[in-house]
Amino acid sequence: MISNGRSSLAERLFDVFNYVFMALFSLVCIYPFYYVLIYSISDPRLASKGIYFWPAHFDFDSYIKVLSLNTIPHAFLISVEKTLIFTVLCVYFSAMLAFLFTKRVMPLRKTMYRIVISSMYLNSGLIPWYITMKTYGLRDSFLLYVLPGIINAFYIILIKTYIEQMPASLEESAEIDGAGFLTIFNRIIFPLSKPIVATVAVYASVGCWNTWIDNYLLVDNEKLQTIQVILFAYLNEAQGMATDLTQMVTNANSGRQLQLSPETIKMSITVISVLPIILVYPFLQKNFIKGIMLGAVKG
Amino acid sequence: MTFRKNKTGWRYFLIAMPFMLYVIAFYFVPLFGWIYSFYNYNPALSFSQLQFAGFDNFLKIYNEWSEIYRVLKNTLAMSFLSILVTPLPLIAAIMLNEIKHGKFKRFIQTVTTLPNFISWIVVFALTFAVFSNDGLYYTLLRNLHLDVPVIGIMGNNGATWFFQLGLSVWKSIGWTMIIYIAAIAGIDNEQYEAARIDGAGKFGLMRHITIPGLAPTFLVLLLLQISNLLNNGFDQYFVFYNSLVADKIEVLDFYIYKVGWLVSDYSYATVLGMVKSLLGIALLFAVNYLSRKTKGESIL
Repeated sequence: MISNGRSSLAERLFDVFNYVFMALFSLVCIYPFYYVLIYSISDPRLASKGIYFWPAHFDFDSYIKVLSLNTIPHAFLISVEKTLIFTVLCVYFSAMLAFLFTKRVMPLRKTMYRIVISSMYLNSGLIPWYITMKTYGLRDSFLLYVLPGIINAFYIILIKTYIEQMPASLEESAEIDGAGFLTIFNRIIFPLSKPIVATVAVYASVGCWNTWIDNYLLVDNEKLQTIQVILFAYLNEAQGMATDLTQMVTNANSGRQLQLSPETIKMSITVISVLPIILVYPFLQKNFIKGIMLGAVKG
Repeated sequence: MTFRKNKTGWRYFLIAMPFMLYVIAFYFVPLFGWIYSFYNYNPALSFSQLQFAGFDNFLKIYNEWSEIYRVLKNTLAMSFLSILVTPLPLIAAIMLNEIKHGKFKRFIQTVTTLPNFISWIVVFALTFAVFSNDGLYYTLLRNLHLDVPVIGIMGNNGATWFFQLGLSVWKSIGWTMIIYIAAIAGIDNEQYEAARIDGAGKFGLMRHITIPGLAPTFLVLLLLQISNLLNNGFDQYFVFYNSLVADKIEVLDFYIYKVGWLVSDYSYATVLGMVKSLLGIALLFAVNYLSRKTKGESIL
């Protein structure tokens, strides 16, 4: 018997329940972001009495203040810089090593590949890592943000699998034309790996944007603080900082008294630190899913 | 002789050398730091000046067992709770798969994966906005004239494990759900067709096709989860730490940080980190062995 699209009562009940449940599930995931956003652009006095769906009396004072603070725009730029530089280095060099690992003529290829893969499972622990980074002179250095992690075993697996699926003829014809390793990599392999490179770039950049432990443990220099660590500092001491801010504003006597509360300050910085993720999110999600599919194929 | 024959091969080898040096410098050299487990490390002294301690630092695990016991209890509690909820993303994926409205389906996927892409610091910021004493939740309760506890959920000692579990589920469920969605997409459509011809309804398809089709993925994720028994991660427990919940939130990863940075016992922290890493690798191999025996497939 073929069931012809008509569904039983139980099935229809399930559908109704399913739609309601999924809608609630989505709400639980997105609402905290929305709440922080509307709080950050509300009048602090009205917001503290409770807002739920809509900002109370649009008020961008906390953004004006937060952005005029230097530390926050500066930390934001440091985060952007380190993310861009790290992503470029990581993608380019991981891809190059992955390409080398497809070269069957290379001596000790398997051994070297195994060494790289085993790095995925090695974990020295916090203290040895800290001491090593300090010994390399990376304490209080911007290089600490961009040097470690450039060669990533997981990305190499993904890229290598991708390159191996490419037709060998492409490379062979280039070799006959006398092109060297770098030329072939830069002109042929790297551009042709764009789908997987985009995926890896997304993984690398999100990871880098969200990393803060290196900054927290090894960088004291005020000029090198990242947005994550600044956000954390404000979350923990926003009371004191907001009071300072209010005083600064009163002293500056900018014609109009800004409305500030510790809560709105926190919320604004939170919004600022999530903004880049939200902005690239559609692109990001597409590539992340692709990565999962490829990973699944690899098995 | 090989050199002559395989000139290009050796050229590649030379190009690979800087990469290998890098891998050794950043992944293998830190392992030599384990040597400090056998010394009384002092950052002010050079290595030759350090005092050799033998197994004294290892004995501390025994001497301070009550502390370790408490930390291990938190660690294992969080891990077991996480293992307990591993079916949730699978159930969510099966339910999402039943949403036939394409746009709504994409919307759900987009929205529920968002928490996966933010740092734990941002999760803390959002949680604070919602669950602090002046946050959304308690303000709402107050406005509704309902009872508001003196100490909110973020400081509730008894609820710590479950609250942290809830947060990590919130952060990861959408993402893991996509892994299952990808696996469902990989199930042969003919199986569904055949079952439909045999008269299977929606629930029949779920039970006889989708769930068995997802079992391998589920098993891999479960085994990986088990191999991470001692790795709860550090970020989450660090950012949500406060004095009210301290004794419940201190998992191994956090405790190592505490011993190293707050107590400044570098050598003991190194011992703990080393033991944890080695046990982790042993667990991974054990689980991998289990997987090879039961599924005939390795997960590594």
